[in-house]
Amino acid sequence: MSKLIPSAAKFLAGNTITKVTAPVVATNAKYSTKKEATFEIKPYKLHKLDQGPATSATLTSEDALKLYEQLTILRRIETASGNLYKEKIIRGFCHLYSGQEAVAVGMRAAMRDADSVITAYRCHGWTYLMGVSVLGVLSELTGRRTGCSRGKGGSMHLYGRNFYGGNGIVGAQVPLGAGVAFAHKYRADGGVTFALYGDGAANQGQLFEAYNMSKLWDLPCVFVCENNGYGMGTSVDRSSASTEYYTRGDYVPGVWVDGMDVLATREAARFAIEYCNAGKGPLVMEMETYRYSGHSMSDPGTSYRTRDEVQEVRQTRDPITSFKEKILNHELVTPDQLKDIDAKVRKEVDEATKQSKTEPEVGIEELSADIYYKNLEPFVRGIHPAAPLKHLEVQPRNH
Amino acid sequence: MALKSSPAVLGMLTRLSRRSFATSKALASKPVTVRDALNQAIDEEMERDEKVFVLGEEVAQYDGAYKVTRGLWKKYGDKRVIDTPITEAGFAGIAVGAAFAGLKPICEFMTFNFSMQAIDHIINSAAKTFYMSAGTVPVPIVFRGPNGAASGVAAQHSQCFGAWYSHCPGLKVLMPYSAEDAKGLLKAAIRDPDPVVMLEDEIMYGIPFPMSDEAQSKDFVLPIGKAKVEREGRHITLVCAGRGTDTALKAAEQLAGSKGIECEVVNLRTIRPMDFDTIARSIAKTHHLITVEQGWPQSGIGAEICARVMESPSFFELDAPVWRVCGADVPMPYARTLEAHAVPGPADVVDAVTNVLGNKISAVQAQ
Repeated sequence: MSKLIPSAAKFLAGNTITKVTAPVVATNAKYSTKKEATFEIKPYKLHKLDQGPATSATLTSEDALKLYEQLTILRRIETASGNLYKEKIIRGFCHLYSGQEAVAVGMRAAMRDADSVITAYRCHGWTYLMGVSVLGVLSELTGRRTGCSRGKGGSMHLYGRNFYGGNGIVGAQVPLGAGVAFAHKYRADGGVTFALYGDGAANQGQLFEAYNMSKLWDLPCVFVCENNGYGMGTSVDRSSASTEYYTRGDYVPGVWVDGMDVLATREAARFAIEYCNAGKGPLVMEMETYRYSGHSMSDPGTSYRTRDEVQEVRQTRDPITSFKEKILNHELVTPDQLKDIDAKVRKEVDEATKQSKTEPEVGIEELSADIYYKNLEPFVRGIHPAAPLKHLEVQPRNH
Repeated sequence: MALKSSPAVLGMLTRLSRRSFATSKALASKPVTVRDALNQAIDEEMERDEKVFVLGEEVAQYDGAYKVTRGLWKKYGDKRVIDTPITEAGFAGIAVGAAFAGLKPICEFMTFNFSMQAIDHIINSAAKTFYMSAGTVPVPIVFRGPNGAASGVAAQHSQCFGAWYSHCPGLKVLMPYSAEDAKGLLKAAIRDPDPVVMLEDEIMYGIPFPMSDEAQSKDFVLPIGKAKVEREGRHITLVCAGRGTDTALKAAEQLAGSKGIECEVVNLRTIRPMDFDTIARSIAKTHHLITVEQGWPQSGIGAEICARVMESPSFFELDAPVWRVCGADVPMPYARTLEAHAVPGPADVVDAVTNVLGNKISAVQAQ
């Protein structure tokens, strides 16, 4: 399905793979842009597949702006979250996605309305992409009533339309995702489920149980390993006897993808949707990516890797910088357009950040709200017998 | 009544004495085993709601390890009755995920001992998600299977999980005794929009119970969270569930016959939410309480009942401390005699009643 003509291929071959030290921006800003451009993608690695995702991608200028905005907003949300955490306004756990944006943004660009996603706790970006506002995300992290879980879930438990979290137990989200895929198949609604997990979770037994049942029953489930090189403080070489995560599904075909390239992840997701929709069963994808921050806010991320390594990735493989360079060089967008987006994103996130600090928490009566969809307890046992709580129904029911 | 008959017959006699609106009188007393009652419940609910499906080991082509799902695969096919590999963590997770997406899975554990492999999904994925999502992600799943001691299956296959699961907010936990309990509660569980743990009993599967006409209707549903007084009495209350109810009823028989002691037997039916009101009303009447369960004593269901009594006005209704009759605090042995001594039998309940009523027995007999 390559739309690339040989001469264009040669021309582009150098750009996308070369390491550069700084983004190249033309000093004479051009005010007219091209409608679309084609980019070559770093080769995929295939496991038990004859054909893989498209090796080149066509991008319209409209989509270029959209993807840039989404990448930028995800980065900004995480930066804001990190700051809120340092100010002790976000408590507990906070796992930042900075560096991994291209995985989520690219996949989301290929997804259709019918498709669903489940991931683990590095989920703030996905929550936004699946339709929750920036305020809904940030104020959930700060535990306020405007949070998408009314502040009752926190950083690891955000949900949205066709988005099943936000899950705290490493690996648990994978069989859950296969179950969502099961429901798609049961209903024959054509939807595909993307179940994401990290290199740390990739060794969990329940994943292999999920691979097995998904393959047996041809579930439309795409298992996506976001390999960022480290499971908390343990590098992949120290945790995994096999680090070829895209092959770990064994009898489930797999694809290795450059997870820092938003077009690669988009094409990979497109391929996966087509594959699953054709009833061919599940797929495993490994998206090689990188996280700049530590595992969570309580991990500086420098005790098990060098600062140089982190810097190097930032300077040579950053998903946003490299995408920006691409679209500018191919004149899909102008620098001013990108500046406008930067300003817009900054404003939106800054305002949401401010509001997420000032909004109140839900009332104390919601401590015992929505424990059950259909509560049958006359009262909820509180801290001591003289302080019973009352079960409330806050979220409207479809009774 | 000085009958030496089994609780089943006793039940039948008390039911026949009640007025019934039977269209066919012959049906009113036809005995149905607990197994068949469960089978009917699943069948009826699958027929009623397309979203209901069953998964578990051997549920389809084997007709169920204990034959509870007999005939369902033949009737509903591969789509709705699904044999899983022996991978509890995986298939329980898949079941919960399907519930997240709006289907209504019935996830069978061949015995609840194996549910420990999947317990993270039962608690962290199922029980807590509705709350964590502030009511936006309901989890309408039923986990069911045999629970507790069977016969000769030794320690790893004999644990009662009533205390563990009833500990967790977000779950509803049922423990049926009779066929009517089994059918009405399982139907209620399947219709319930929250995660329900249905703790059945393998030994009770084969026991027949009379089923009223009402209970044979396709709309027969028992309320979750309501206990049933199986036998009325005025001297002492026996609170029990599951097979403990069978034990308590047998003990009540013996006590009534030999000592003229009338036990009020309260069959909880639901462990969570627990119907404390019915227990309280009974204590107000009898002023003495014993709990009967098969599970271990520490932090058990009986312990919970005792704590609730202590924290409520019922405390002042007691004329004696509450006793718990439970499984001995040992892993289940295999040798027959040892096994028999590890779980309570009617004689143990009789002993406990004797102790709790203390030297008041002569006073009781004089009444």
